[in-house]
Amino acid sequence: MSAPAEVIVSTTADESSSSRRLADLVFKIREFGIIAVLLVFVGVTAAIQPRFVDSQNIKFIFTNATIYALLALGETMVVVARNIDLSVGSVLGLSAYLSSDLFTRAHGIPIVGVFAAGLGIGLACGVINGAIIAVGRVPSLVVTLATLYVIRGFDIIVVGGGMVVASSLPSGFLAIASSSFGPVPYLAIVVAVVIGLGAYYLRSFRSGRELYAIGSNPEAAQLAGIPTGKRIFTAFVLSGGIAGIAGVLWASNYGTIDSTAGTGYELQVVAAVVVGGVAIFGGSGTVVGAAFGALLLATINQALYVLGISSFWDEAIAGLLLIAAISLDHGIAASLTSALRKRSLERAT
Amino acid sequence: MRPDSATSPGAPEAPAEVALFDPSPLLAEQHRSVPERLRSLVRWETALVIALAATLLFGVSVSSQFLTGSNIFNIGLANGEVAIMTLPMTLIIIAGEIDLSIASTLGLSSSLLGYLWLHGWPMPAIIVFVLFIGVILGAFNGFLVTRLGLPSLAVTIGTMTLYAGIAEIILGSTIVSNFPTGYTNIGVNAFPHTDLSWSAVIFLVLAIAFGALMHATPFGRSLFAIGWNKEAALYAGIRVKRVKTVLYMISGLIGALAGVLYTFRLSTAEFDNGSGLVLSVIAVVLLGGVSIFGGKGTLFGVFLAVIVFCSLQNALLLTNFPEDATGIVTGGLLLGSVLLPNGGTFVDRLRGHKARRHVSNAP
Amino acid sequence: MNDASGANRVGDGTKTPGEALNPLLVMDRVAKSFGAVRALGDGSLELFTGETHALVGENGAGKSTMVKILAGVYQPDQGNLRIDGKEVVIASPAAARDAGIAVIYQEPSLFPDLTVAENVFIGRQPLRSARRIDRKAMHRRVLELLAPLGVRLDPERIARGLSIADQQIVEIAKALSLDARVIVMDEPTAALSAYEVQRLFRVVETLRASGAAVLFISHRLNEVFAICQRVTVMRDGMRVLSRPLEGLSPDDLVRAMVGRDVVEREQAGVIERGEVVLKVERLTREGVFVDISFEVRSGEIVALAGLVGSGRSEVARAIFGIDRYDAGAVYVGGERLKKGASAAAMAAGVGLVPEDRRLQGLVMELSIGGNIALASLGRLSRFGFVRRAAEHKLAGEWATRLRIKYARLSSQVSTLSGGNQQKSVLAKWLSRRPRLLIVDEPTRGIDVATKSEVHRLLVELAQEGIAVLMISSELPEVLRVADRVLVMREGRLVAEFFHQEASEESIVAAATGQAQMVVP
Repeated sequence: MSAPAEVIVSTTADESSSSRRLADLVFKIREFGIIAVLLVFVGVTAAIQPRFVDSQNIKFIFTNATIYALLALGETMVVVARNIDLSVGSVLGLSAYLSSDLFTRAHGIPIVGVFAAGLGIGLACGVINGAIIAVGRVPSLVVTLATLYVIRGFDIIVVGGGMVVASSLPSGFLAIASSSFGPVPYLAIVVAVVIGLGAYYLRSFRSGRELYAIGSNPEAAQLAGIPTGKRIFTAFVLSGGIAGIAGVLWASNYGTIDSTAGTGYELQVVAAVVVGGVAIFGGSGTVVGAAFGALLLATINQALYVLGISSFWDEAIAGLLLIAAISLDHGIAASLTSALRKRSLERAT
Repeated sequence: MRPDSATSPGAPEAPAEVALFDPSPLLAEQHRSVPERLRSLVRWETALVIALAATLLFGVSVSSQFLTGSNIFNIGLANGEVAIMTLPMTLIIIAGEIDLSIASTLGLSSSLLGYLWLHGWPMPAIIVFVLFIGVILGAFNGFLVTRLGLPSLAVTIGTMTLYAGIAEIILGSTIVSNFPTGYTNIGVNAFPHTDLSWSAVIFLVLAIAFGALMHATPFGRSLFAIGWNKEAALYAGIRVKRVKTVLYMISGLIGALAGVLYTFRLSTAEFDNGSGLVLSVIAVVLLGGVSIFGGKGTLFGVFLAVIVFCSLQNALLLTNFPEDATGIVTGGLLLGSVLLPNGGTFVDRLRGHKARRHVSNAP
Repeated sequence: MNDASGANRVGDGTKTPGEALNPLLVMDRVAKSFGAVRALGDGSLELFTGETHALVGENGAGKSTMVKILAGVYQPDQGNLRIDGKEVVIASPAAARDAGIAVIYQEPSLFPDLTVAENVFIGRQPLRSARRIDRKAMHRRVLELLAPLGVRLDPERIARGLSIADQQIVEIAKALSLDARVIVMDEPTAALSAYEVQRLFRVVETLRASGAAVLFISHRLNEVFAICQRVTVMRDGMRVLSRPLEGLSPDDLVRAMVGRDVVEREQAGVIERGEVVLKVERLTREGVFVDISFEVRSGEIVALAGLVGSGRSEVARAIFGIDRYDAGAVYVGGERLKKGASAAAMAAGVGLVPEDRRLQGLVMELSIGGNIALASLGRLSRFGFVRRAAEHKLAGEWATRLRIKYARLSSQVSTLSGGNQQKSVLAKWLSRRPRLLIVDEPTRGIDVATKSEVHRLLVELAQEGIAVLMISSELPEVLRVADRVLVMREGRLVAEFFHQEASEESIVAAATGQAQMVVP
């Protein structure tokens, strides 16, 4: 995409500030736009079918959104640095099975131990991804595509024809996903806090900002002395670890785990992240936005169900949303850039 | 190499040419001449031939039936659609884009076929219509990528989801399976006078056509130019937007064709036919030596990769390897295909040498 | 003229603060080759604190290589670098930073999604408790850095959309935050407006006065004389002279750069001017160029002069159909040309040799033959298939005609020198036998000998009846070759000169909108 020609003129502080305000405004609209869409959606659906906002439905929405939102946290860190992690679904599935299976294999294992196992599996997968991508300098699309396959295949072999059933899981474990405070699951609150921490990290710590720098201009990042390899490696390790934990939570939520757990999740997560305002080529976007993207998708799914629209529409709508979000972001970026340039132009001296 | 006269004033001879080695402003680039690159491509295809030989040996060692006519039929049958889809995918990746929606086009075509059959349309009309819809789906992709200028990776994730969704809407949970045997025999009978399945023959014919298109026509040349340097292609008068739109339309058409073949082979139209295939398609194309960055690759390489892939799958299944897990092989091959060329760089960097490469982390 | 560095003093009479008798930075006979090509044979210079030192030379003289060595991108094959008298090895850009060297490029590379403040401090943001970034402190520090430069930028503004001039200021602020003592500016004014150039000069003065050493690389000799105290001239990879500017004239510098007297005005022979081939009528594109009207006749060479950013290349691209335009019309041979369709332009007999041959003119990874044939593939095909033999023949013929030096037509075009690459681009278009050839900066980055060849070629083409529209920033070239000179400034056509009445001064005056050159 070639940039429009510049008729070069000067800027003044006034222009500079008003440009900043314009850019800020645009970003805020994009972020809060999702919340606005969400509210409108909920409002309209509730008007048609008041049942929508009852305790049960809200709980469903939060529960579904929670796991996606958690995955979106890790995925955002990777995407912001101009990479992508397509293996999260497979990692989730592997972790879900292996960790919950521990309850039968290692009798009396504390729940924390199971979480540790899931985390460990996720971290290991993340290390493999990160090593190949950062050290081998191989494009992440290709690598995580491959590990998606390899990890899923490994999962299938390990699971064999078996499965983990709810009855083999301690009730305390199963309660983790289901216990709630009214309509809001405790899990959702915990994940919200984790996402808040993630957002704070990306905003207020050097290494977090460096992920954005790497996504915004990889060559300049390299030249500025940013340890790009290390940062990208870390992002993938975190993404893997988070997927590992998400797997354990998935097991707690669904109770029955076979080799298909988590299939297709990676694309849902990417959709949530993009809808949530994270640019697919990196450099901008927030985990909070991505979490709202996940929430929006979960809300739409539930709304369709409640409105009696067959679930067959879920996927098509998700696809349309994704295309709309990408087009919108692209349009915004282009307009913003030319508006900012025009402002420089108008102040020509 | 420089004439000494270069520094004295009034030198009558021009000083020797200075190659202005001035690539991207801040980083040095790797720099190879065509003979070198030809050699590397040949090395790749040689490696594939060796891999093929190894696979065939493996297959034969697993089962004496491996190289029989009926097994070759099976090999072609099981993977015909994936093989066919690698052809347009090769063109698209060389031109610097990607199409993740092709398998969803397969699924949508299958759904549509089943739906129309249920509603009494005559089969020939259905097939023509379905192929036509495939082209439309491709054109929509083309529109999003060229007119709206959206990144193809993100946007085809969107259309992939959308088309799969539409497939689901069309057919719902209905399963259609009462197709006339005249058509479903495609999945049962071999192509007359050969041991090959219909889809394998179609693949062979199309492979020759695509190969000719890619390597011997102006259109094909333009793909390489666009993949290497879109700007320069534009300045050379190549209509980049039109070329890319055509590529996506071809992809849609082939996806629809694959959908028809798939449906007849399975004798079933179900809404999620073909889901998950796209990753295999991409894996095979990359295995064939096509660079994910565009501008590089040969159809012959992809052809070899298809055969290696199909034979390997088949050989593994003969060892009672669980079918769903064959993805592990696809993944492994994919990793191998990207790590090996970079192998030298990988080892160098582990040793701490400074390798001079572009920092390119495109997803 | 060939005296070596000699002078240890910044001797223009004015005392500069912080001046030492020993140089801050010394490049001592640095040499660098790339394969068989020697880019730098004797790269030497001495930089003192508090001076602005010009580094001049034609393209290919080695200036760029010297800059990259200082920036830590290349390592010298021979020679050494000394800072404060001590030898240093600059093995990487990070090492250059540590050594106190900062390089400001013509087109800086910032992080568009990060704020100005973050661009300056990325990786080194000031911290508060628990290693969290202290945004207030960062904001304050950036304002402190910008204040003495006399530039006001909002540190919280994202970098996207900043003008190039402002981007350079951000880079300079960054350099200052790193306590850079040597600031190298590589052709910084090429993309700036007159106002921005003045602003940059004031910044350079401030830097100099604070004790930094500024190495100023530029083609624009008037700027060199305006703000620099000393100069080093490079030619063909060797240092030709280093001395104070006082007592030198621009002609002296040019002579040192070129090695022989410049032929001021070669008579472009009397040419029969034919009918109008190109007619541009009130062409307008919002925010880029306005109301452009002119004609080019067959057999004529019309030059389009003006500063970088005046809109010339954009006009060319609009004529050729790469870009669209908002109003007006283009006629070739009397027929109106469809806008935004380069295929239509090509079919009408128009060819465009673009400004940047690496990014726009050639597909670097393609072969020489492939590149030359790239625009003619349609004609070389039969039944839809490219005839390789015909392709090879075409490429071979034109490569010979233009005297391109190559080993094999199948070699990658990136192995050719700049001059031969440019000839390849020309070959690509000439093989189509165009009626109208538009060339944008035809001899940029080419050695002197090939430059003359290209000029002769253009004149020959005109004599054969082709209409030539030449965009050029090199005034000697414009004066040598053009029959008519059109001058653009900030998107408008502001002057027209015939060959006899054109002069460097008049063109520059029209291009900058001033009666005189500015001397602060």
